[in-house]
Amino acid sequence: MKKEVLFTLSSGFRENFEVIGYRFGKGEKAACIVGALRGNEYQHLYCASKLIDILSRLEERGGLVANKEILVIPCGINTSMNVGERNWVRDNQDINRHFPGNEKGEASDRVAAAIMKAVQGYSYGIQYTGFYLAGEFVPHVRTLGNSIDSTSLSSLFGLPYVVTGQPRSFDTRTLNYNWSQNGTSAFSLYISSYDYLNEDIANQAVSSTLRFLTRMGIIKYNCHNGHIASILAEEDLVTVKPNISGFFRRTCQINKEVRRGDILAEVLDPYEGNIIDRIVAPVDGILFFAQTSPIVFEHSVAFRIIKKLHL
Amino acid sequence: MIETIATADLPIREVMRIKKNSLCPEQLTGEEQRLCIITGVHGDDLAGQFICYEVIKRIKENYEALTGIVDVYPAINPLGLDAGTREWPLFNMDMNMAFPGSFEGTMTEYTAAKIMEDLKGANVCVDIHTSSIFLKELPQVRINDDVASSLMPYAKQMNMDFVWIHPSTTVKEGSIVHALNERGTKAMVIEGDVAMQIDQKYCNQVVDGIFALMKYMGIWQGEVKAPKKPIISDDGKVIFINGETSGVFVPMAEHSDYIKKGEKIGEIIAPLTGSVEEEIFAPCDGLLFTLRHYPVVSEGALLARILGGNL
Repeated sequence: MKKEVLFTLSSGFRENFEVIGYRFGKGEKAACIVGALRGNEYQHLYCASKLIDILSRLEERGGLVANKEILVIPCGINTSMNVGERNWVRDNQDINRHFPGNEKGEASDRVAAAIMKAVQGYSYGIQYTGFYLAGEFVPHVRTLGNSIDSTSLSSLFGLPYVVTGQPRSFDTRTLNYNWSQNGTSAFSLYISSYDYLNEDIANQAVSSTLRFLTRMGIIKYNCHNGHIASILAEEDLVTVKPNISGFFRRTCQINKEVRRGDILAEVLDPYEGNIIDRIVAPVDGILFFAQTSPIVFEHSVAFRIIKKLHL
Repeated sequence: MIETIATADLPIREVMRIKKNSLCPEQLTGEEQRLCIITGVHGDDLAGQFICYEVIKRIKENYEALTGIVDVYPAINPLGLDAGTREWPLFNMDMNMAFPGSFEGTMTEYTAAKIMEDLKGANVCVDIHTSSIFLKELPQVRINDDVASSLMPYAKQMNMDFVWIHPSTTVKEGSIVHALNERGTKAMVIEGDVAMQIDQKYCNQVVDGIFALMKYMGIWQGEVKAPKKPIISDDGKVIFINGETSGVFVPMAEHSDYIKKGEKIGEIIAPLTGSVEEEIFAPCDGLLFTLRHYPVVSEGALLARILGGNL
């Protein structure tokens, strides 16, 4: 393993900001994995750090395939993480909305441009990322566009679900979109952010990455075959919204079956404690996403259900 | 007449209301032109608050001169204005990335869709901003090149110093003005001064422009000041000047002055060592229409913009 500083940005008041890369093996640029790009993605950084740990040990015992190189960039936003900011600390810019970046532009553009430059040319790109909505969801792989190639490759992670969708306007500034525009098969591995390190979720994410690298002939690693993924289109996910705002008392768990009419949550009057609304499942299916805040807003996305699918 | 155009129940005993003041002649024919004045999309756009006040006050002082409809929307992001944050609080979302919105979307998207619904049928919309806390801007109109020819006659009425025509490829999708133009409503952005403050000179310049625009649209029969003849960005080339070090920026040129090539714009200094880390010189002759206002800079920070050429 070779550790190198891929990019440095000076600071007037703190340590220099650095993007660190961990390179495993030598030769053909086989795969690149990028961890946290938002300051609240501690879980994503944790996954990347676990991956680096395992790849280091694998390399020591000859577990990398010859002439294949893997680059892992665990974090592109440590200065925000250290002060509890989700976005770039100076100007509140989301790094994952600045790709492909501009090396002569503002700091967030420069960080994006440096990461883009470092990750270019790899056959496969994996980003550990999260939803724009705060909540808990079933880990899954998301790929933009729904070509057969990208969908079949996504299923090799062995996660239960692959979600395909067309790029939306804001997707065009993400790492995943720009990676794929530059010839890399790019995948977003969606992991929920938690207030604590979730070991089960981290193990699942890291195992799925190692499984993918094994199946693409980049590492030699014996692992469980995982799931045969269900392929979902965005339109297979039914959004459930509350009719009213208040305290949010959830009565269901993600990745469990629900039936039409099941009560998913109760909305309570925040002062008087009585139930003012019940959020019910509009369809049979599997609960894919649930918001986790103690309060809920009307019109907000409280749940997403994979319709007409059974466990 | 004050109307509520969008509401959202907040979880803890509060309703968020977005309001407009609709000013129109007592007798309507149904053929009136309609101007919409929007501001407060960003919670730090405070000059727009004074501008709305002043427009309404001047109309009320001479109400019989009003022969069309003027709808004033002072607070598109009332929660941000109250909290003093540029973004929509809690979600930390830039409201100007949520348009045209969606009735199926989150609270911000739903609110954006309601606002778009209310703006439907407007002949012209003016979205008033106050730069950011980081940059001081010359009073200007910003329009996209794909709609520049149809908007230019209106932009020239706005009494601004400068009209900046942006390439449509760099347009920020999700902005209210972009969404309105996409739907065939003439819309332009007014930018100037610095966020988080009210400069009455800038405000009154915009107000005079709004009345000149109303006159041009045939909805104001009162006296107006002849609008300034603006410099058009096509007259020259916009040069961006970014810092290459971090520290504290000390400006040495006057904002909105004409500057000569080689003239010093400012220095980036290091408070700890008492040294000058970088001197910034004008790369060309031109109009210094943007100048860094917030002193602390990171490497890559935008320090100035010059409109160069034969102005």
